[in-house]
Amino acid sequence: MDKTMTLARRRVLQGAAGLAAGLAAPAVHAQGAVTLRYVGTAVNQHAGIKEKVKEDLGITLEYIPVTSDDVVRRAVTQPNSFDILDSEYWMLKKIIPSGNLIGMDAKRIKLVDEITTIFTKGEVAGRKIGDQGTAPSKVMYLPAQNGKAFAGAPTQWLTLIPTTYNADTLGIRPDRITRPIESWAELLNPEFKGKASILNIPSIGIMDAAMAVEASGRHKYADKGNMTRAEIDLTMRVLTEAKRAGQFRAFWKDFNESVNLMASGETIIQSMWSPAVTAVRSRGIPCVYQPLKEGYRAWAAGFGLPKTLTGRKLDAAYDFINWFLSGWAGAFLNRQGYYSAVLSTAQKSMQPYEWDFWMMGKPAAQDIKAPDGTVMEKAGSVRDGGSFEARMGAVACWNAVMDENDYMVRKWNEFIAA
Amino acid sequence: MAPLLQAAPLALVLLLFFVFPLLATAVVSLWNYTEYSLVPDITQRNYVEMFEGCSNLSDGLCATFRTYISTLRLCLMVWAITTLLGFTISYFLAFHIRSESVRMALFLLCTAPFFTSNVIRMISWLPLLGREGVVNQALVATGLVDQPQDWLLFSEFSVVVAFVHLYTLFVTVPVFNSMMRIDRRLMEAAQDAGASPWQTLWHVVIPLTKPGLVIGSIFVIVLVMGDFVTIGVMGGQQIASIGKVIQVQMSYLQFPAAAAQAVVLLGLVLMVIAVMTRLIDIRREL
Repeated sequence: MDKTMTLARRRVLQGAAGLAAGLAAPAVHAQGAVTLRYVGTAVNQHAGIKEKVKEDLGITLEYIPVTSDDVVRRAVTQPNSFDILDSEYWMLKKIIPSGNLIGMDAKRIKLVDEITTIFTKGEVAGRKIGDQGTAPSKVMYLPAQNGKAFAGAPTQWLTLIPTTYNADTLGIRPDRITRPIESWAELLNPEFKGKASILNIPSIGIMDAAMAVEASGRHKYADKGNMTRAEIDLTMRVLTEAKRAGQFRAFWKDFNESVNLMASGETIIQSMWSPAVTAVRSRGIPCVYQPLKEGYRAWAAGFGLPKTLTGRKLDAAYDFINWFLSGWAGAFLNRQGYYSAVLSTAQKSMQPYEWDFWMMGKPAAQDIKAPDGTVMEKAGSVRDGGSFEARMGAVACWNAVMDENDYMVRKWNEFIAA
Repeated sequence: MAPLLQAAPLALVLLLFFVFPLLATAVVSLWNYTEYSLVPDITQRNYVEMFEGCSNLSDGLCATFRTYISTLRLCLMVWAITTLLGFTISYFLAFHIRSESVRMALFLLCTAPFFTSNVIRMISWLPLLGREGVVNQALVATGLVDQPQDWLLFSEFSVVVAFVHLYTLFVTVPVFNSMMRIDRRLMEAAQDAGASPWQTLWHVVIPLTKPGLVIGSIFVIVLVMGDFVTIGVMGGQQIASIGKVIQVQMSYLQFPAAAAQAVVLLGLVLMVIAVMTRLIDIRREL
């Protein structure tokens, strides 16, 4: 009681002082409330994290939800409009050349050596994983703090501190497809004519298509995340043939569409995102996020800092990032089926049975509950794709921006018109 | 001076929110662009790329022509059906309902499709027309078909159904308005002169409702030509439309290319409207 009284009084005094001194607020953030403007897609802006940050650090996060296209647009054109950027790694190829993000000082990130080797070396448990596309390890470091190109090897300057990442694959309806599905080629298998779907987001859709084309043995891509014009033509030709033959029931553009298509039985095999599979299952409809032998298409997101950030806001941003890696947030994200950057601290914040289920791929020892207390998975069930090592170790390619992006988008529009 | 001042506020609003954006679109359509910047320039690139391959007809039609044909075909089907429906409904309301209050109640009923939000309305077609939807279940149960019909949803059929459901009102309202203004004595005179009901319809009612028909047609054509949401959702994103092309280009920050598409679309729609207003002088008829 006493404590809150003094705190409140102090804050009032500070407010007065702040007013008196114009905007010259105290330099140490613990003495005053700092607000960090956090720009990113709504998917990662969890209310739970916001509350906990406020409680632990006294920092207020002001979430500014935008679409992924707008994340890039903001970063490039309005670097003054945010204090923390929640960006995906593929966006860096567009953002870093603008010089608007600053290299983060590894010395100020306490757990920098604990960040998983996926980001630092492109390895899982000592084994190299697929690096086609914009693999995070390729764009993780800058040669200097104000670098506008990427460094080939680890340096002191980091582009993004990873927050969440995952590996995407095909979703299927096991009640409608009774035989085992093992390959991306099944997406184009005429057996599922009129019951398949891919997403109508060109840059991701074409990579799912490329996984299917390569799996069917028609072409081996040097880099599915950076195709040549001839490869784009070939991929779109295969897709167009399939479309004209009636392979696809529909294409989907947003999360809810993919859930509806699958839940209503319009499609029984389609490209999907992990939370959408959970959403279908929560309606009591069987749906499996099917691991495939060619591997996964992965994605990763992280925090970046704008060049304009200085003083106590900069300190607060580093504090927030250090807090993010310190366990609570990692556990929070792991429990939603994502993966977090520093696994050792996240493990300490999770119950052993939770860790075994989400990260080790073991059967759930007891019911797995969502943060609101509803049962997500019953005791005994196993996570799709198995353990962290099995899943992230099987990554084949990463979401990417191609050099021939303009050409690809044009060809995609032609495909939709075909 | 006073009339000019009185017209100034509207003129300013139009200048700021209509003429200026339109000019900006036209100018940007000539710009060049890179991955992340617009380059002020005068280039034909956007128009050249839009019509790339269109002169070579041996490979089939180019994407732009196919997209326009697909959009125009949808437009024509929707226009024909909404006009027929809208005209019939208005005719019934205007000439067959005697009581003024019943007429207004029925008229308001026509706005029912707009009581729910666009998204919910479109999502609700899924359980109705879907493979496991109500219509298919009924068809299979009555033995009319052996297996569920796929063409009911994510097809041109479903797109047209959704458009007709939405846009019939836009024809009904102006046509109804025109019909209510017809002097009933004209119809009696036609009858007295020995015209059959069909002759009255053809020689009296239709000529006098032309302004309403043209206004309704303009609504429907403009709305369908620019649509990308309904075609996207009901067509399973598989049916090409100009609006969709523009939307994809915008989301990839290819603003000049999208602007060029918009300019061409605008030109086409203006031509259609010019032809329609040539057929009938709306201002005189109003």
